[in-house]
Amino acid sequence: MPMKIGDHSFDQRVSKGLGETHMRETVRSAQGRLHTNKSKAEEDLGNWEDWRTLSEEIRSHTLENLDYYLEQLSDNVIKNGGHVFFAETAEEANQYVKEVAVKKEAKKIIKSKSMVTEEISMNEALERAGAEVIESDLGEYILQIDDHDPPSHIVAPALHKNKEQIRETFERLKGYDKTSKPEELTQFAREQLRQEFLEADIGITGCNFAVAESGSVSLVTNEGNARLATTIPKTQISVMGMERIVPTWEELDVMVSMLCRSAVGQKLTSYVTGLSGPREEGDLDGPEEFHLVIVDNGRSNILGTAFQSALHCIRCAACINVCPVYRHVGGHSYGSIYPGPIGAVLSPLLEGYDDHKDLPYASSLCAACTDACPVKIPLHEHLIEHRRIIAEEEKKTTRGETYAMKGFSVTSSSPRLFDMATRAAPIMSSPFTKEGTIDKGPGPLKGWTDVRSFPAPEKERFRDWFKSRKKEDS
Amino acid sequence: MKVSLFITCLGDVFYPGVGKDVVELLERYGCEIDFPGEQTCCGQPAYNSGYHKDTKKTAKHMIQTFEHAEYVVTPSGSCAVMFKEYPSLLKDEPRWKQRAEELSAKTYELTQFLYRVLKVNDTEASLQARATYHTSCHMTRLLGETEAPYELLSNVRGLQLKELPNKQNCCGFGGTFAVKMTPISEQMVDEKVEHIEETEAEILIGSDSGCLMNIGGRIDRLNKPVKVMHIAQVLNSREA
Ligand code: SF4
Repeated sequence: MPMKIGDHSFDQRVSKGLGETHMRETVRSAQGRLHTNKSKAEEDLGNWEDWRTLSEEIRSHTLENLDYYLEQLSDNVIKNGGHVFFAETAEEANQYVKEVAVKKEAKKIIKSKSMVTEEISMNEALERAGAEVIESDLGEYILQIDDHDPPSHIVAPALHKNKEQIRETFERLKGYDKTSKPEELTQFAREQLRQEFLEADIGITGCNFAVAESGSVSLVTNEGNARLATTIPKTQISVMGMERIVPTWEELDVMVSMLCRSAVGQKLTSYVTGLSGPREEGDLDGPEEFHLVIVDNGRSNILGTAFQSALHCIRCAACINVCPVYRHVGGHSYGSIYPGPIGAVLSPLLEGYDDHKDLPYASSLCAACTDACPVKIPLHEHLIEHRRIIAEEEKKTTRGETYAMKGFSVTSSSPRLFDMATRAAPIMSSPFTKEGTIDKGPGPLKGWTDVRSFPAPEKERFRDWFKSRKKEDS
Repeated sequence: MKVSLFITCLGDVFYPGVGKDVVELLERYGCEIDFPGEQTCCGQPAYNSGYHKDTKKTAKHMIQTFEHAEYVVTPSGSCAVMFKEYPSLLKDEPRWKQRAEELSAKTYELTQFLYRVLKVNDTEASLQARATYHTSCHMTRLLGETEAPYELLSNVRGLQLKELPNKQNCCGFGGTFAVKMTPISEQMVDEKVEHIEETEAEILIGSDSGCLMNIGGRIDRLNKPVKVMHIAQVLNSREA
């Protein structure tokens, strides 16, 4: 079960999330900070909407011609002296990486942050093959030492932890004895990791964008760990989702700018790295061997469907950072390593509805996600499309809901039934009404009245008033 | 000018008073109000729940009901947006799609119609109160109307409008979301109420009865001393 986290039901996860006060405070303040920073970065750039349109065009052009660009990328990687492997499934990708590790007799593998390796559970596969895998992104490192706590955010994987909890984790598991100041915590992690970098046989990275025209992999980070992971170990493996590609460096320029601004509100992150194959003669550093693993794992099934634009995603997390549902329930409630609006769209696409059919409903359809997305993915429309498939094709909604919606639709397409229903409403609801409100509603109203009072229907509907007024006038 | 009023199902059954204010407001600017009696609901609950085949029936009925209209005005940003969804809902039926596009093009939310079509920015209303305004998500993001309500409210005599902190966040209504995901919706509306209290407003104003029903229902349950008013009621307020 690669993407799915844990075995609890959606409701159980949500009620756990809602109970985590620290996590909720942390998420709330992170959302506030990121909102301010992103708005500022949009303003600085100017014409944000035009940049979004351009970015959307770049992404849709690339996806429309994905086979062409993937071939170009692959040819160029090979030309640069690297190896390319197309993995149709998670198993194939893991098998390939395992084989490289075995061939290299790798004992220690250092990784920089990569969501796609989380998606395919690459660490577990490598560990089963006897290698030690060390995460070098600070957030990932914290989660890894804390008994493989799953990520709760695609850019800041440990967003659910505050600095006090991180200090406690370091103290309990690594003998840390300083304060919870971020500088001290980071310094400690740095010291722990430095030795690991020096000892690692293989460096594994993700890939923010591959550049087809030159066969390059670009990495966007703030910590510089990806630089070490790609310069010290003798062998480097980059793993990418098959859609993470741009035609040329010109498009890369646009996409990186949009990514940094949308993800963290920065013009550029501290490090933007471009790597084109293994070290060449005369190079001072860089790997001797370079492998690019291109992962499909269900993506090509999305091509050509109503969901194709979900593949435009550049994993900036802007949609997550504005989501009012994520704000309260946190990332783990989604039960997928891809949380938030994009997670609710992507998880059922990549792994099916069985494990993720609640996610499309975990949204008030407020469209904050759609509005925030730098590549204009209509996320809330995709959520509705999922609901349509669940209701109309998979028929996985409850019988109660199906009847209610059918009844509603029959009534609202028949003026006579609508008139009868609305005329009867005050009478039907009178047993539940007190002083103009309903405090304990029956049936589907219960969820409403558990939390809020519900207004009692008025005796004179608007239409009755309007009719009698017309009569008076004439 | 003849205006066909789409009162919305909530407006018809629960908030007829809002509708009266809408009528009075529009009449003041010389509009002749037409109320097609065959109107029902925009169909959004079923549409957002994924029952699109069923929603098509509702959509077609509403298209027919308002076909004769010159302008369709509705006191709800969200229901206006639903009318604007009809063309994509009916995309596989070219004739209907065409008719849906015509309806979509002549549909306006109330403040949008006042401000953009009638070119009114001052309704000469007066209301002595501290108030804050809730920007509904569909009206702001999907209809794209961010100016009209503020412009109109800024000219209400005596009204002190304080900006609502985190106004961009949804109130937790989301139609069926409120009953399907009650615990999450509860947290969202609670945070909204918290922010409303921070402004020390006596009145919460909104342009969508759905949001107001949600926030107002929570305010009522928590016994908070905040009154909830639809923007039509505010814009039609006349104090001595
Ligand atoms: S869906 Fe859009 S906003 Fe969300 S992570 Fe992807 S690119 Fe960013």
